[in-house]
Amino acid sequence: MNWFELITLHSPPLIVAVPLLAAFLTPLVSKINDTVRNLFVLIMLSITGLLVLILGYDVLTNGIRVYVFGGGAPLPSGMNIPVRIMFEIDSMTIFMVIITIILALISILYSWSFMKDKDGLDKYYTIILLLVTSIFGMELTGDLFNFFVFLEISCITSCALIAFYVNKKESLDAAFKYIVISSIGALFILFAIGLLYAQYNALNMATIANAIQFTFFDKIVLVLLITGLAMKSGLAPMHMWLPDAYSRSPASVTFILVGATLAGLYGSLRVIFTIYGNQLLNTGFTFYPGLIIGIIVTALGVLSIFIGVFMALKRSDFKKMIAYTAVAEIGYMFLAIGSYLIGLALSVPDNPQMLIAGTYALKGGLFHILNDALDIGLLFLVAGAVYYATKQTSLNSLGGLARNMKYTTIFFLIGLLAVSGMPPMNGFASKLLIYQSTYQISPILSIIAIICSIMLLAVFVKVFQSIFLGPEIPSLKNVKEVPKSMLAAMALVACIIIFIGLFPNIIIDNLVTPAAEALQNTTTYISTIVGGT
Amino acid sequence: MLDTFLKSLETGSGFWNPLVLGLAIIIALLLIYIIRGFGKKDYKTGTEQTKAFLSGNPEYSKDEMHVKGKNLYWGFTQALKSVYNVLEKMHNGNTSDYVLWFVIIIGVLFIIIGVI
Repeated sequence: MNWFELITLHSPPLIVAVPLLAAFLTPLVSKINDTVRNLFVLIMLSITGLLVLILGYDVLTNGIRVYVFGGGAPLPSGMNIPVRIMFEIDSMTIFMVIITIILALISILYSWSFMKDKDGLDKYYTIILLLVTSIFGMELTGDLFNFFVFLEISCITSCALIAFYVNKKESLDAAFKYIVISSIGALFILFAIGLLYAQYNALNMATIANAIQFTFFDKIVLVLLITGLAMKSGLAPMHMWLPDAYSRSPASVTFILVGATLAGLYGSLRVIFTIYGNQLLNTGFTFYPGLIIGIIVTALGVLSIFIGVFMALKRSDFKKMIAYTAVAEIGYMFLAIGSYLIGLALSVPDNPQMLIAGTYALKGGLFHILNDALDIGLLFLVAGAVYYATKQTSLNSLGGLARNMKYTTIFFLIGLLAVSGMPPMNGFASKLLIYQSTYQISPILSIIAIICSIMLLAVFVKVFQSIFLGPEIPSLKNVKEVPKSMLAAMALVACIIIFIGLFPNIIIDNLVTPAAEALQNTTTYISTIVGGT
Repeated sequence: MLDTFLKSLETGSGFWNPLVLGLAIIIALLLIYIIRGFGKKDYKTGTEQTKAFLSGNPEYSKDEMHVKGKNLYWGFTQALKSVYNVLEKMHNGNTSDYVLWFVIIIGVLFIIIGVI
């Protein structure tokens, strides 16, 4: 075995271990000086990124990878008592891990200048790295209890980062709300995992998925897991923590918090498609559970879009406005996932049109995860840049900034067009998939989605007019463009957005379609661990 | 390789090729540039030509001239006041109420999924 094969073999734990090690080394490296610390964090995350690419190439080429901690028995099928911790990596995992590393790298690059004058940066970078570690852990693990542990780490580190501005009561208030709500959600998830363990004597997702009977207890567990994780994802009406948390934390933190939120969405996908896949992913009118769950998920998705857009339209705080649109964007993803479940349940062998439409909806929803992370993320970075330059986030106090902040204005325009689903940006490609496929499931869903998307455009036109256009405000006359590292971070996201917008097929063919197939093909995921076909 | 970049996105009931739109945008920009070329070239900045004309009324200060965020969509939010009242009540900032929404959703889902 050469060194490359060795790295490929051990890449799953290394993706978690490298940022974890870096987190605890950061306070020590900080003793040298700030520049060395910043470079150290960036290099360690770049190494992690390299490992993600190696693992991604391996999984997309050779199929599902399983990494076992603390056990020597050969897999698959050689294991009778699945109590060991396992990482199970399929194309869906790779898709999410790639999103996370992009967010983490850009967040660190942006932090260099944005956080430069703040105190306690050694702790800041340590907690950021711990948060990144926890997100990777949630995405890579194939073990439910392990997932819960990483979820808890994610909650605690997110809370610490939201409360970074400890001298601001709004930040402390947002962090308090976040930790209370997320802890309650996490407790329900733990209770659900306990119920599963009591019934099936297993914590491994594939093993539970293979054994699950959809008993009364299983239904309780399904409700607890879905609601707990939907709350973590910011799905309405459990989203109330999100606008406060997103708007009160530093912009660089909000950028990575988007990744933590999406990890909650990933957890929901694993519950619906993997653990309950054999029970819910069935075709035919007579099978109700999949249809009912699909309708519930779709309804909550539409509610999120509606609440997110309407609340955003009335806000006058720039960051809070973007935070509400993030709720709406989460709604689009759940709408697509719900549409897939409905399409699947309503399809019949003679007429698979609904299944085809559902599959496109699922692809659109997954593609939108990546697009949302980039689009909403870019807008938060722009909001951070505006705050950095003016110390204001209220739309009523700002105006005419396009004169002094030309590059930031261009980046905002790109983010505006992308998040509103305007062609030829990336948001349009994923939303088009969602619109056209949901139209076949139910035209009213598609109409609501399109109208709300137009309203999203209206929301950001308001922001653009209020902040960047209009006459020069005397109090903002001396505002200057933000430092280069912040511009570089925004430019990087903007370039990725434009690239995906112009060549959506490259992402869909190589990442989204394999991820959608991995979710749909529950049997492969299960049989890799428990054996059989 | 080139095919990968030029490929249209299949949406199940249609297709989308952003490069075609990009081409259309470039053509439109070229047309705009050509039309702009027919404009007056003797335009002078810093003269009367650049001053705002407000039907003879005096020009306000820069601060007052700007249409601020609070002025936009006022009619829309006013017309949907009843909807906004409900939404604002939901987002009252009280953590207990936020947890209550979480419990309500769990309860509703228990009833729906438990009946299946």
